Amino acid sequence: MIESTPILQVKSLSKSFPGVKALAGVDLSVWTGEVHALMGENGAGKSTLIKLITGVYRRDQGEIIYNGEKVNFSSPREAQEKGISTVYQEVNLIPTLSVAENIFIGRFPPEGVKINWKSIKKSAEDSLKKLDLCLDVTQPLSSFPIAIQQMIAIARAVDFQAKVLILDEPTSSLDAKEVNLLFSIIRKLRDDGLGIIFVTHFLEQVYEISDKITVLRNGLLVGEFETQSLPRLELVAKMMGKDLEEFENTEKKLDSAVQVNGNRKNGKSFIQIRGFGKKGMIYPFDLEINKGEVLGLAGLLGSGRSEMAKLLFGIERADKGKIYIDKKAVSGSSPKFSIKKGMGFCPEDRKTSGIIEDLTVRENIMLAVQTRQGLFRKIAKKKQDEIVAQYIKALNISTPSPEQKIKNLSGGNQQKVIVARWLASQPRLLILDEPTRGIDVGAKAEIQKLILKLSREGMSILFISSELSEILRCSTRIAVLRDKVKVAEMMNQDIDESAIMQAIAEEDNGN
Amino acid sequence: MAIKDLTRDLTKRIASSHIKWSLIIFFVILLFNFIFTPNFFHIEIKNGRFYGSIIDVFNRAAPVMLAAIGMTLVIATGGIDISVGSVMAISGSIAAVLIAKMDVPFWMVLCLPLVFSALLGAWNGLLVSYIGIQPIIATLILLVAGRGIAQLVTDGQIIVFEHPPFEFIAGGSLFGLHFPIIISFGVFLIILFLFKFTALGLFVESVGGNSEASKYCGINAGRIKLVVYIVSALCAGIAGLIAASNIKAADPNTSGDGLELNAILAVVIGGTSLNGGKYFLVGSVIGALIMQSLTTTILTMGVPVQVTLVVNAIVVLVVCLIQSKNFRDILAGIFKLDFRGLLRRMPLKGGNK
Ligand SMILES: Nc1ncnc2c1ncn2[C@@H]1O[C@H](COP(=O)(O)OP(=O)(O)OP(=O)(O)O)[C@@H](O)[C@H]1O
Ligand SMILES: [Mg+2]
Repeated sequence: MIESTPILQVKSLSKSFPGVKALAGVDLSVWTGEVHALMGENGAGKSTLIKLITGVYRRDQGEIIYNGEKVNFSSPREAQEKGISTVYQEVNLIPTLSVAENIFIGRFPPEGVKINWKSIKKSAEDSLKKLDLCLDVTQPLSSFPIAIQQMIAIARAVDFQAKVLILDEPTSSLDAKEVNLLFSIIRKLRDDGLGIIFVTHFLEQVYEISDKITVLRNGLLVGEFETQSLPRLELVAKMMGKDLEEFENTEKKLDSAVQVNGNRKNGKSFIQIRGFGKKGMIYPFDLEINKGEVLGLAGLLGSGRSEMAKLLFGIERADKGKIYIDKKAVSGSSPKFSIKKGMGFCPEDRKTSGIIEDLTVRENIMLAVQTRQGLFRKIAKKKQDEIVAQYIKALNISTPSPEQKIKNLSGGNQQKVIVARWLASQPRLLILDEPTRGIDVGAKAEIQKLILKLSREGMSILFISSELSEILRCSTRIAVLRDKVKVAEMMNQDIDESAIMQAIAEEDNGN
Repeated sequence: MAIKDLTRDLTKRIASSHIKWSLIIFFVILLFNFIFTPNFFHIEIKNGRFYGSIIDVFNRAAPVMLAAIGMTLVIATGGIDISVGSVMAISGSIAAVLIAKMDVPFWMVLCLPLVFSALLGAWNGLLVSYIGIQPIIATLILLVAGRGIAQLVTDGQIIVFEHPPFEFIAGGSLFGLHFPIIISFGVFLIILFLFKFTALGLFVESVGGNSEASKYCGINAGRIKLVVYIVSALCAGIAGLIAASNIKAADPNTSGDGLELNAILAVVIGGTSLNGGKYFLVGSVIGALIMQSLTTTILTMGVPVQVTLVVNAIVVLVVCLIQSKNFRDILAGIFKLDFRGLLRRMPLKGGNK
């Protein structure tokens, strides 16, 4: 039988927050057996739409028809029980609980009053295995990096007997390998007849997996399209509401900047790291970063990229090795000390180590600048407003005002604020760990351009990203990590993607 | 013109700020008194000094206000300091002993208790930030031990003294105002500006909001916490001097009893969340005034002694409910629903479906 109605249908949905019209009259239809991509710039209203469907927020207007009935979920839990399974943009599991508990929270197998921990542990392991993950499920969630947490959240969602699966940027911190795994699962679920809503800023992924695309812009519906009949550039133009030409221009500018970057001679050495390491975190490594150089760090998930960055910045104390800045040995390891020495570190996990939820956008941006200035030399309000306005413009941060609390911004815009925080502190060495995570295509190009510009002006940058193309685009030199060991270092001119891929995964090939 | 703009700006800012509910509640209490308590707002000048019920509220609120100011900062970092009552007793006891039993210059009578209070605050801060003990437990130690210390200081006795310069602290006046009012508002202004005109305030809120992220920003959370516990203990120490001066004696057992609870309530009523993060010093001051005006009102209304605490608790509950956004939403929901139901039942509107 061919069904004639969508499994999930949203009609002219509207939602306002103080000062922001997040959604206005948006429609969305998801059919069984399709993957429906939801696209739009940061702050377009994608996550809000999802949260309205699952009852996290109450809608102002509109209706939601699910499985042929008008529904009005009062809580995400109710939606889940009725068969709408969701992975939210920010991993919203409980950090202190174990992985197994997180997977089964709210639905312990009903075997009387007693909880059968053994069977829970077993089935948690099973559901993770589907995603090719072998973890100790008794460990607390917080002991795993954000990418693994994301995978656990996905495993949890997939495990429900669902009719609709909603994934809000599930791949934002995953590597190619995990993405492929996820996609094979999505395809299987689709063939089983689930309706799947998929949000991402990666265009390749949209074209790889989705059947239809709904585009939002500034809370308004732009339209629904068949993926096959919507060329990539047109999609971008629809999302940004700009002409194709304009976007192509920024891309061209970026490309020429990349060209210049590739041909540039390196400046003097800024920092030299000798035999730096910490047991259980990363094996001792040597590294040298020159002034005005972008050094890319490539490697698989868990290869030790973030660990290297944390050690360098003094989040964790190294137990071996030395650092020389401007040829002078420096001693001391704390973020405060590193900032004083001219470093900055934009960490990958914006929720736990980036944003300070209750502070405003302005305060969040100013924090690092202020610590650099020192406690007693408070930056005048006027000066603050200037700096903040400058970065809101440069990174196109969509916020009703600089005095908005950062927690009310969309995920991508929060990320931009954190990037702005570190750019504003004007460090001599900036460590960027997945700085474009969750950021839309337009802003991504802007940030990459900024990185190149800053490096031209003499800033050294250590650039970590799981997107190889991005690393290739921006770095002068690339260091490769594998299993917590630095295994290679190469000049960007000399290599292409496949060469790095090989270095990253050598061991796998060898087996 | 300019003044008009200024007032409009001010009203707008208050309307959108967190302290508006505490302000409203304070005015409701004042209004209640205006209607039901005769002469509540009557102010007279005796010996060049203002007297009256309303002045009395400000005067008596001083110790709680002081403790609430320090408490606000501690709570903003995500902590709590339940040792303030004991610190207050210790400070008063030291001052009394210095006056009654030792021959030391007056400035030392003022300074030594405060220095010792600051040390106690540093002790709390060290336990919390460097040893990593939960704030409520860390300060519980001093809450219990502090009374013992105060008794040791006074040898277990109530020490009575006469010392006009010291009595000025509670009994004197400046610009026609009781001296405790001057002290509490002076401390309030100093703290307000110290935390606003340096980055201390921002760092406190940042540590309380997300201490992990603050660490990445290069903020030394331990040191910030140390500072706020010291400030809190100092405020309590000053309150101790006022109390001792007021009764011309030091009572190690009852001085500052329950101060921590009143201070915490004042902070919460003032709009600062116990979760830490954003803080509202002005709100806490109003909170302390609400607490005191409530007590004064209940006393002047002649409510039977045995029910005063109950009345007090009920009002505090109502105040906290009004502060809660959830509760206001529920209330709004109830009224809206009824309103809609009413509309639906109206025959005139029958055809709208
Ligand atoms: N709780 C909230 N309070 C106030 N404004 C909000 C809130 N949640 C979202 N907004 C606003 O609504 C708009 C849409 O946000 P939403 O999170 O839906 O964007 P998004 O499309 O998911 O973006 P991103 O790609 O960055 O995740 C944004 O402008 C945001 O500032
Ligand atoms: Mg989003």
